[in-house]
Amino acid sequence: MSVPDPTTVGGDVPPPWCDRCGEPARSGPHPACAAARALEPPRFCARCRRRMKVQILPAGWSAVCVEHGEFRG
Amino acid sequence: MPEILDQARAQVLETGVGLDEAGVLAVLTLPDEHLPAALQLAHEVRMRWCGPEVEVEGIVSLKTGGCPEDCHFCSQSGLFTSPVRSVWLDIPSLVEAAKQTAATGATEFCIVAAVRGPDARLMKQMREGVAAIRAEVDIQVAASLGMLTQEQVDELVDMGVHRYNHNLETCRSYFPTVVTTHSWEERWETLRMVRESGMEVCCGGILGLGETVEQRAEFAAQLAELDPHEVPLNFLNPRPGTPLGDRPVVEGKDALRAIAAFRLAMPRTILRYAGGREITLGDLGTRDGLLGGINAVIVGNYLTTLGRPATEDLKLLDDLKMPVKALSATL
Repeated sequence: MSVPDPTTVGGDVPPPWCDRCGEPARSGPHPACAAARALEPPRFCARCRRRMKVQILPAGWSAVCVEHGEFRG
Repeated sequence: MPEILDQARAQVLETGVGLDEAGVLAVLTLPDEHLPAALQLAHEVRMRWCGPEVEVEGIVSLKTGGCPEDCHFCSQSGLFTSPVRSVWLDIPSLVEAAKQTAATGATEFCIVAAVRGPDARLMKQMREGVAAIRAEVDIQVAASLGMLTQEQVDELVDMGVHRYNHNLETCRSYFPTVVTTHSWEERWETLRMVRESGMEVCCGGILGLGETVEQRAEFAAQLAELDPHEVPLNFLNPRPGTPLGDRPVVEGKDALRAIAAFRLAMPRTILRYAGGREITLGDLGTRDGLLGGINAVIVGNYLTTLGRPATEDLKLLDDLKMPVKALSATL
């Protein structure tokens, strides 16, 4: 299963959790997380805050949430 | 021209004898206005003693996270509150990673595991994985599995692993501040066994762990004493949840000074850009380092973080007219 990047899950509605730090995403901006995201895969599911199993390959990555499935980038 | 650069030109460039610890320290403390001259000299040394080729490598994590050791820079330690979860790579994905690496023109593919040392399960996974790669992909296989026993060294040789990475990470005097669950000397012992086995020794470390500039010079001298085939040079990318998570990144000019100094300490080694260069040096600094002593790169992603697309690095090498080392040149 492949679904969109977790940072954009929900379309125009911001997801409830930051996929990098796992803190609430709607309470304010996360500039450090936004800057880091270019060189980091997501670690938390943006929908449910669960830590994901992340596998990085030389040319891509996958992150699996037990509840919401696999994300790829 | 500073005296140390005149000395380095006569000694390192002309005779191939690297700078000692005091000489390295003198390069590391050069004023900014002399940095271009130091980089130029380091580049001449690299071209003279290594040639224009650049060795390209890809890496992948076979076993991620859950490590019992406490290396304070590492997000894969199970002792810190890092968001990195434990995960194993299956054999088909490992082969796919090797294919992705080979597609870039890389000659090296390093399989890495976050462990103190390999157990029977990991060695079995390695044996199957290396065999599968060698059957399907034209690339040299290296490994980085922590501290080894003699039997494990022999087994890796038997598998066809041609190079073994085991970083000392930092100088001997600073190591106990960074790692408390094992010693610098234990790492050295693994490196000794690897060398005696005939595998190529790959050993480097990370700059920016909080070491002093004197300890940076000490580290370069200790690496030079080891005389590794390859030295991967990392710059700390502070990882959330680790004890060094709040440390500042190395300033770009200090990183470039270190590249020049390490090249002048080890004129013949493969000096590889490894992790952290993207945040420490950016695009322009990456170019400066390649013109300042670096002659190898890790392309693509790292173990827990992402790198620049391989195509950008390969274009840069093409712009600099630096040929990628061919597989035939590594055999």
